[in-house]
This record gives sequence, structure tokens and C-alpha cells, in this order.
Amino acid sequence: MPGNNPGMLQDAAILGADSIILDLEDAVSLTEKDSARILVRDAIKTIDYSQVEVVVRVNPLDTEFGPQDVDMIARVKPDTLLIPKADEEEIKLVDTMLDKIEEEEGYLAGSIKIIALIETAIGLATVYDVIKASKRVVGVLLGGEDLTSDLGVSRTREGEEIFYARNKVATACRALKVDSIDTPFTDTNDYEGLAKDTAKAKSLGLTGKSSINPRQIEIIHSVFAPTAAELKHALRVLEVMKEAEKEGKGVCSLDGKMIDAPIIKRATRTVDQGVKLGLIRDEGGAT
Amino acid sequence: MKTILGRELPAYIEGYGEVTPFQGAFRDAEIKTRKAVKLTSVNPTDRKVLDNLEQVFDKLNIKDGMTISFHHHLRNGDHVLNMVVEGLAKRGIKDLTVAASSIFPIHESLVEYMENGVVTGIVSNYISGPVAGAISMGKLKKPAVMQTHGGRARAIESGDLHIDVAFIAAPTADTYGNINGVYGHAACGTLGYAISDAEYADITVAITDNLVPFPACPIQISQVFVDYVVQVESIGDPAGIVSGTTKITKDPVALIIARRAAEVIKASGLVKDGMSFQTGAGGTSLAVAAELKDIMQREGVVGSFASGGVTGYLVEMLEEGLFKTLFDVQCFDLKAIDSYRNNETHQAMSASMYGNPHTKGAVVNCLDIMILGATEIDTQFNVNVTTGSSGLIMGGSGGHSDTAAGSKLSIVVTNLIKSRVPMIRDEITTITTPGESIDVVVTERGIAVNPRRVDLIEKLRMTNLPLVTIDQLKIMAEKITGVPKVVQLLEKIVAVVEYRDGSVIDVVRAVE
Amino acid sequence: MKITKVAKAGTLESNDILIMVMPNKSGKIELELESIVLQQFGDVIEKVILHKVKEMGVEGITIKAQDKGALDYTIGARVETAIKRAL
Repeated sequence: MPGNNPGMLQDAAILGADSIILDLEDAVSLTEKDSARILVRDAIKTIDYSQVEVVVRVNPLDTEFGPQDVDMIARVKPDTLLIPKADEEEIKLVDTMLDKIEEEEGYLAGSIKIIALIETAIGLATVYDVIKASKRVVGVLLGGEDLTSDLGVSRTREGEEIFYARNKVATACRALKVDSIDTPFTDTNDYEGLAKDTAKAKSLGLTGKSSINPRQIEIIHSVFAPTAAELKHALRVLEVMKEAEKEGKGVCSLDGKMIDAPIIKRATRTVDQGVKLGLIRDEGGAT
Repeated sequence: MKTILGRELPAYIEGYGEVTPFQGAFRDAEIKTRKAVKLTSVNPTDRKVLDNLEQVFDKLNIKDGMTISFHHHLRNGDHVLNMVVEGLAKRGIKDLTVAASSIFPIHESLVEYMENGVVTGIVSNYISGPVAGAISMGKLKKPAVMQTHGGRARAIESGDLHIDVAFIAAPTADTYGNINGVYGHAACGTLGYAISDAEYADITVAITDNLVPFPACPIQISQVFVDYVVQVESIGDPAGIVSGTTKITKDPVALIIARRAAEVIKASGLVKDGMSFQTGAGGTSLAVAAELKDIMQREGVVGSFASGGVTGYLVEMLEEGLFKTLFDVQCFDLKAIDSYRNNETHQAMSASMYGNPHTKGAVVNCLDIMILGATEIDTQFNVNVTTGSSGLIMGGSGGHSDTAAGSKLSIVVTNLIKSRVPMIRDEITTITTPGESIDVVVTERGIAVNPRRVDLIEKLRMTNLPLVTIDQLKIMAEKITGVPKVVQLLEKIVAVVEYRDGSVIDVVRAVE
Repeated sequence: MKITKVAKAGTLESNDILIMVMPNKSGKIELELESIVLQQFGDVIEKVILHKVKEMGVEGITIKAQDKGALDYTIGARVETAIKRAL
């Protein structure tokens, strides 16, 4: 949400999103960059954002605003900084800046994370290296509008032109075990289109999607939500595992398949997602 | 003396009379009487049509101190109230009590008449615009009497509110006084708020801009109640009466509140065949209706009725078969008017049938689910819809207290904070509806259930809804906004807030 | 610290506050406050504004504030921005 809008900053945490992006870049006019920076800083200090991940999109580091944003905002310890037009160099630069600030402020080293906004051709081409450029990188956000602009192609509803980008990002993120977040669907009145677009992203291996309007959140969640069958299975896995632990057994199996660590982890993630989306009650089914 | 809610009230109020303090939503049932009406019978040779308002005033012999009444179906496009009061003022009449079921910004000229003593009393269920401000500042000689829609009908029928002349704005009237609201330039649909006036006033005058030959069809108010008929240039401006269709809100926070309210309704177990529902006309209220519609469609539920002020949205639900019938006390938009005119399952109800507690059973008694608004709520669940947080009158119960009392599940939907002011307070400026009638408060940051509703709390615990106590909601709000200073009001009582049964639930004091 | 020119920050949107600052000759801190919630929060708003001004060590400043229900964090932020713009 636009960083210069107090009304929106106040309500951000209750809209149902998992992460909120407080924007100092495109949503703020050039003459208000200072205003937004100070407002977002104070918002993070005062507002109860404990229920969401707080992400601040700073201005590009090669503008007069970017470095000032990082300096002021990092000192109030947001969860994550979203770095626009991300490339290897930019990420390394931010990483170094954050090292310094965390030390100065006495924060745990590496506690402020980075999401790289891949929205340029070079960023996409080198996305694996961009992620590797810093241990802080926890995810990549794909910026479809700016990327297609950089490539000189049209951005369409069907999204064929970003097929490769989605694939590449999903792959690189999976390889390096970070989140991959799809570009927003810009027609806020087209819920059917949003659902299709989100399903496509999910089918290509992306792990999340950005929303540009609170009314999109529910649909995005429902597309990414585990199905009733998946949830049931996950709960059974955890149940069987708990039983096995009680009986002192080291391993267990369900339906003829051995349940090992990766399966337990996936089941836990599924159940957590289910609880978070309100599909099942948190009765401590997930450990 | 104190009301059962702890409000301190004087035993006698100058300009009002003796005060019967509120002692609970359902005081002991006693035998009630409908008053007898004295009328002048009309013979076959008598003519009712008069040439102009002046002739009407000549014939009526209106004296100082009389009570004249008006309905508000022409809302902010009404010309009749202003026309009549102006005409009487010109004749030097003073000390009138205007009993208008609601007052809107268009009735601004009343302020001048309040200041010069033409109008010294007002009885109404909802007051907005300059008149509200003027009353709050003490410009009305006697305290205004603020009633509920059902309470006004009760007052009229019992004789507590005696009407000397009822002036009925009639979109269509025939030469013998039959009235309907569905035809004419100023068509407004149903005439729910005019029925008791027509039946119990000493004299009833139909003022129309669409005089038709006898007999009119349909007849919503019968000739047997009407003394005179007069045609004027225009009774109202259609643009101010209805304005297209009321729309569902797009505000994301309001939509979250609406979604939560719908989940509460679902969890209550009341969504089933034969259910009934009513909601206001505001953006959030309509959003709740939209959510409920989704649930009903998904589960294949057919409700018995939806009621209240009717909007195009409710009409759609009727037409899609989600409800068997509509009970309409007023039409809010063109779609509703058309539907009432053409669809026999879209039925009218008078204000008395709607919410009068002293009849053999009002529609609110049959209502399952009611969605309400609020300007303030206290930790006892008492609700204010009469004054804003600054102490200024900005509305009134309308049907709030009636529906809250009658319905099985009454839900207040509201933002937790409005312009920095917390919605939940220890003490609210004015109590309009008692907490015993309010079951749930739904905000974007939490849901509070009235502790009386143990059954509901049980059911809601089984969901993922963020249940908190009302005190926790208050603390949550104050943590964000800071604790507001209580607004200081003057001693002078400018309005008396009557509950449905005529007892006094609170008073409104003047603003500085 | 003294400011050298007139500057403003914030807007008249709901939940925001419009702050205009200008240097004055009296050397004191002068405040004109308008607010839609003046009765309920006027004292608090005044306190927040003056506190921020003192915190930044500014004197000889006249502040005109038009509040539309801004929370304390917004008030402080807008005052700080306006002052920085006026240096």
C-alpha cells in the first residue's frame, strides 16, 4: 500500500494478507518521498503489525531516495526490505548496508530479510545469482509490468509473455529454497481472471502471489489453499506420527508408504496453512 | 430517578411532562387501548376537493398550539412539510408541534420557524440536517421528542400523540381521498409511515400533485380516513426522493466486517428454510445482505421474508426466489417502487404492523436476523444512533430499537474506530437501544457477543472468528487512538428519547 | 534550531493532518490547531505536536495544523517532515 497514506497503513494488518508491502517507490510521488519515509518509519514503530510480515519497498539504490530509505527504515527493524530492479550488485550493496546498520543498532545480524523484485531483463537472466547474492534473500517477487516493459513486449491478461519468467523464477527459488511470489493481476474487478491467473502461477511452481487490492486476497488464498483431501491426509500423517512417537517407535507408515522427514514437513506446512486460512481449527494438530 | 440502565432522569421535564423511566424492553404486558377517533361523517353530497392550501387552512380552523403530522416517504425531496408550515406561518399561527416521522436537510426552513416561535415542538423518529443542529443548540422551545418507528405508531394509536391535522403527501389521490404512492410524478412506493396518522388524526388532508378521477387504483390509504383533498403544483422532487440504486460498499475494511457478520449469522444456525432477515440501506449493511445471499444460494435456502426499508438489492433477492415475500415499510429506490407496484409478493406494511409493541404482534417479533448500525456502543452493549460523538443530534432510532427488540439475532456492524474516535466507550452520549436487545457487535478487529447469549457464544466458539469481550474491544481501540475526552454538554435538555413503549430511555442535552 | 522558510506536509484526507510551518519573530512556539475531533483529542494532538517540535530543538516557529482524525504517529511524522522541509 502507498506509504504516504496513513489511513491505509493503519488498516494494513487486518486485511487478511500474510505480508504487507509498505511502498516508498512507485506509489509515492517524487515530492512526497521524504514524507512517506518518515510516516512509514513511525508506522512501523507504533502500529501493531505482529500478525503480518512487514515488507517495505524502498526506492532503487541508484536514486537519491533509495539509500536514505534503507538507512531510515532498517533502523526500525521491518521484517523485510523489497528491493526494486534487483540485480546481483544491488542486493550485495543492500546486504552490506544492512550489516552495518544491524551492528550499529545492536540487532541480530541477518535479522532483516530481503525480497528481490525481479522486474528487469538482467534481473531475470541472473535471478539465481541475485538470490545467492545475500543470505538475507528469503524470496523473489516477479514484477511483470516493468519486466515486459523492459523486454519491449505487451503485458496481457493471459500472461503468455511472462511464462518463461514465471518458470525461471519458480525454478531458481525452489533450488535455493526461497519463496517465489507472482506478479499482481491488475484488473481488480475481474475475479474470475484473478483465479485463473493465480492457478496458473501455482501450477508453474510459484509459492505465492501479490495482491494490489484487499478484495483479491481471499481468492488468492483459496487458490493456494490445500484441498479438503490434502488437509485430511496431512492431519492423518501427523496423527500417525504422534502415535508412533508415543509408542516409542522410530518410524511409521501410512497406507503402505513410509513417513519420513520431508513428508512430515510437508504435512506440517499443509496443516499450518489450513489453520491460517481458517479451514481447520488450531487444536494443536500441528506441532 | 434512574432508568434500569442507570441513566439519571428528572421526574418532570418542562415542555414534555412527567417522565416514565425506561424499565426494560418488555415491561409487564398490560391491556392496551386504541384511542377512539372523533370524526365528521361525510354525506353523499359533500365534496372533499378544495382548490388550494389556503382554502384548506380556512376550512380547518387551525389554532395556535396544534399538532400537525407528516410522513417522510418523499425524504429529501419533500415539499409538503415546508409548504404547510410556511402557509400556516403566514397566517400568524404559532406554537405548532410538527410530528414528522423523519426530518431531512430539505426541511431547513423549519429552523427559522423554530427561532420565531411558529414551531415550538417536534416529534420525530429521525432528524438530520440543519434542524438537527438547531435542536442540539437549543433553538426549539420545547424538548424534541424522539421516538422509534414502532413507538410513534403506538403513540398515535394509543392517544399519547394526539394529531390535530395529518397532512398526507399523496403521489396519487382521487377526488374522494383514496391515496396511493405508486403512481404520479413523485411516486414513492409504500406509505407505511402515513397509515396511523391517517387513521387516528382528527382531520386528514391529502395533498397531491396527481389528482385523479374517482376511484384511484390501487388504494393504500382509504377514503374513509380522509377529510379533504387538495392539488398543488408539486409535492416533491423525485431526485431527492429516491436516487437510483443504493450500492454495496467497496471499502475493504467494511467488506471484511460484512464477511464476519455473515459468518456469525451462519454459525448461529438461523440460515435455513423459512428464515427472515432485515438490514439497513447503508453500504456495509448491503454488503452483509450480499454475503448472506451467497450463503443462501450455496445452501439452497429459501427464506420466508425480508423486511424493512426496501432497496433494489432486496428486490433482486425476492425475484431470485431467495425469499417468499418482502414486507416493505418504505421504498428506498426506484427498483423497489417498481417492484411494489408490480409484484404481489412485495407487500406493504404500516409502521404499526412493522414495530408497534402494543398490537397483537408486530413484524419485528417474527424477524430472525437484523443488521444494525451505531454511532457509539458502551460496554453494556447499549447503542447510540441518536447523537454523534460530539453530542450533536444526527439521526435517531428509526426502526433500530424496534427491530433489535424483536429479532432473534441482532448484530451491530461497525468499524472499531471512526476518525480516531473509538466506537466502544464506558459511557455513551445517548442511549437509544438498550443492551439487552443487542446480541453481537462485529468490527474489523474483533467480535463481541453479549454475555446474555450463552448459546451464541457456544456456537461461535466452534468457528475461527476472533471472539473477544466488549471490554477488550474498547481497550483495543483505545490502544490505537488514545482515550478520548468526554465531550462536555450543557445542562439544558433539548430532546427526550422515548423507547418503543413511551417510557423515557434517555435525554439529549444541548451542545456548547 | 531555526527554520528558514514556509513548508507543509500531510494532507486533508481522512486520518491525516495538514501541517504548515513558518518562522516567526517572537522566537516562541506558536500553534493554531483545527481538528474534527478537537473536543475529544485536542489536548493530546497539541501535546504531540509540541513534543515533536521541542524534540527537534526548533524555536521561533508558528505551526498551523488542520487535523482530520490523524493518530499520534501520523501527527509526529507530518510535523517532522514539515520542519525538515522548512530548514
